[in-house]
Amino acid sequence: MTIQEIQEEIVEEFSSFDEWMDKYAYLIELGNDLEPFDDTYRLDQNLLDGCQSKVWLHAWMDDGKVYYMGDSDAIIVKGIVALMIRALSGQTPEAILDNELSFIDKIGLKEHLSPTRSNGLVAMIKQMRLFALAFKAKQV
Amino acid sequence: MSLDIQHIRGQFPILHTEVYGKPLVYFDNAATTHKPARVVNKVNEIYHTLNSNIHRGVHYLSNQATLAYEEARKKVQLFVNAPNSHEIIFTSGATAAINLMATSFGDTYIKEGDEVIISTMEHHSNIVPWQLMCKRKKAVLKVIPLFENGELDMQAFENLLSEKTKLVSVAYVSNSLGTVNAIPEIIEKAHSNNTPVMVDAAQAVQHLNVDVQELDVDFLVFSGHKIYGPTGTGVLYGKEKYLNEMEPWQGGGEMIKSVSFEETTYNELPFKFEAGTPNIAGVVGLGEAIDFVSELGLDNIAAYEHELLQYATARLNEIEGMRIIGTANNKSSVISFLVKEIHPFDLGTMLDKMGIAIRTGHHCAQPVMDFYKIPGTMRASLAVYNTKEEIDKLVDGINKVAVLFG
Ligand SMILES: Cc1ncc(COP(=O)(O)O)c(C=O)c1O
Repeated sequence: MTIQEIQEEIVEEFSSFDEWMDKYAYLIELGNDLEPFDDTYRLDQNLLDGCQSKVWLHAWMDDGKVYYMGDSDAIIVKGIVALMIRALSGQTPEAILDNELSFIDKIGLKEHLSPTRSNGLVAMIKQMRLFALAFKAKQV
Repeated sequence: MSLDIQHIRGQFPILHTEVYGKPLVYFDNAATTHKPARVVNKVNEIYHTLNSNIHRGVHYLSNQATLAYEEARKKVQLFVNAPNSHEIIFTSGATAAINLMATSFGDTYIKEGDEVIISTMEHHSNIVPWQLMCKRKKAVLKVIPLFENGELDMQAFENLLSEKTKLVSVAYVSNSLGTVNAIPEIIEKAHSNNTPVMVDAAQAVQHLNVDVQELDVDFLVFSGHKIYGPTGTGVLYGKEKYLNEMEPWQGGGEMIKSVSFEETTYNELPFKFEAGTPNIAGVVGLGEAIDFVSELGLDNIAAYEHELLQYATARLNEIEGMRIIGTANNKSSVISFLVKEIHPFDLGTMLDKMGIAIRTGHHCAQPVMDFYKIPGTMRASLAVYNTKEEIDKLVDGINKVAVLFG
């Protein structure tokens, strides 16, 4: 699936929730289900400290595609990390750099990406793109 | 006298706003309190009717503005029972007042090898300025340790005192634990060591009666915005004998008597420490806030808040997995807590969606969090306009959310 298709799929999933509680319950579920973070990568250089919560992000390249592994100590943040990974992991660097992540806004979670929340998510999105940029540079 | 809380609530328009379509429940009062309409109106009135710079104009408005500003100083003096109004210095907040102290007191009295004592429970504002000063002066910062319940180890404090101790600077009330420190005892011990004491009363003056003469405290600071006043206002009280000797902090207009390039003579107190144009309307607004608090009566406020604190503590303790951080005998209306393994950010986010405003994180007191080996807490801090019904909403909210986290 392309990033665009995945984003549409996520928006579709979230459209079934009328109550904010259900939406957050789902985020918590996604957070709990996120593939465990490999502790060998739990390094300071992979830590995006958001003051309120922490985010860890690791990325690697395999066969022209970028893969991400992420984690957070706060479960709601971790749920959003899971969504980001679902949207971008396994895509080419070009696709990652070319696509806007519009789904967060559409599913009503934009407030969590505001710099004032200082939860590490803003830094994480930036870092995901930076990884893609670095891998792209290495390719040529 | 018991207070009419609904009447008090009526004076705070913001308490009647809705967030996410739900009535606001505001429990972040230790960060800043809301302002009653009379304070906001007073600030407005200053700008609308007597806006002018102070202490320097011959004209009518300047004179009126100066009178209003100096009247606010008088109000603060009476509020903390300072002997003289010129011992009241206006600053932009508690942080600025402590920085003033660290610089001016430090420059005047502290030499290499000297020591300043603070405590583990200080707000970063009462840590970092002293660290900076110690670095400049090659002085040493000593820290009073905590007990598990959030009280200071007074024996350890006594042991820290020596002829090297030049100042003790501690919080009256901890913003992260709610502990009310034994300030009279700290002052007595420090004074018998000939050491002056600065009290950070940022979390105290809005909750309990503070009388600087009764305490015989040497310096005391607080912020206007935490006592129902405007942001950008604060106070340093200092004993005249020290303030007269101390070097000025910032240089500029208003704080000088005469300036030439060879020599500048400083103005008298309090102007020596008030360089530049101050927050005139804000300070007058602070005077109004002090009237608001004084009319309610701090003893009445303290009694009501104590009742709220006891109610909230009991109700929160009904919650499964509740852990209250800070269980000192003498506590002010600040409750830090954790619920099971739930991350404060998660619980704070969910409560926010229910219209309940609490603070999450380390509350600018990281050494306290390190002491308890936790990354942060949730903190509900109460003010005189809070109610038991609001506490019930908080408890219901936590119970509702906790099930989601398993
Ligand atoms: C105990 C204590 N001291 C100092 C401060 C700093 O106050 P301000 O930020 O108003 O300067 C605070 C504010 O939270 C506080 O709680």
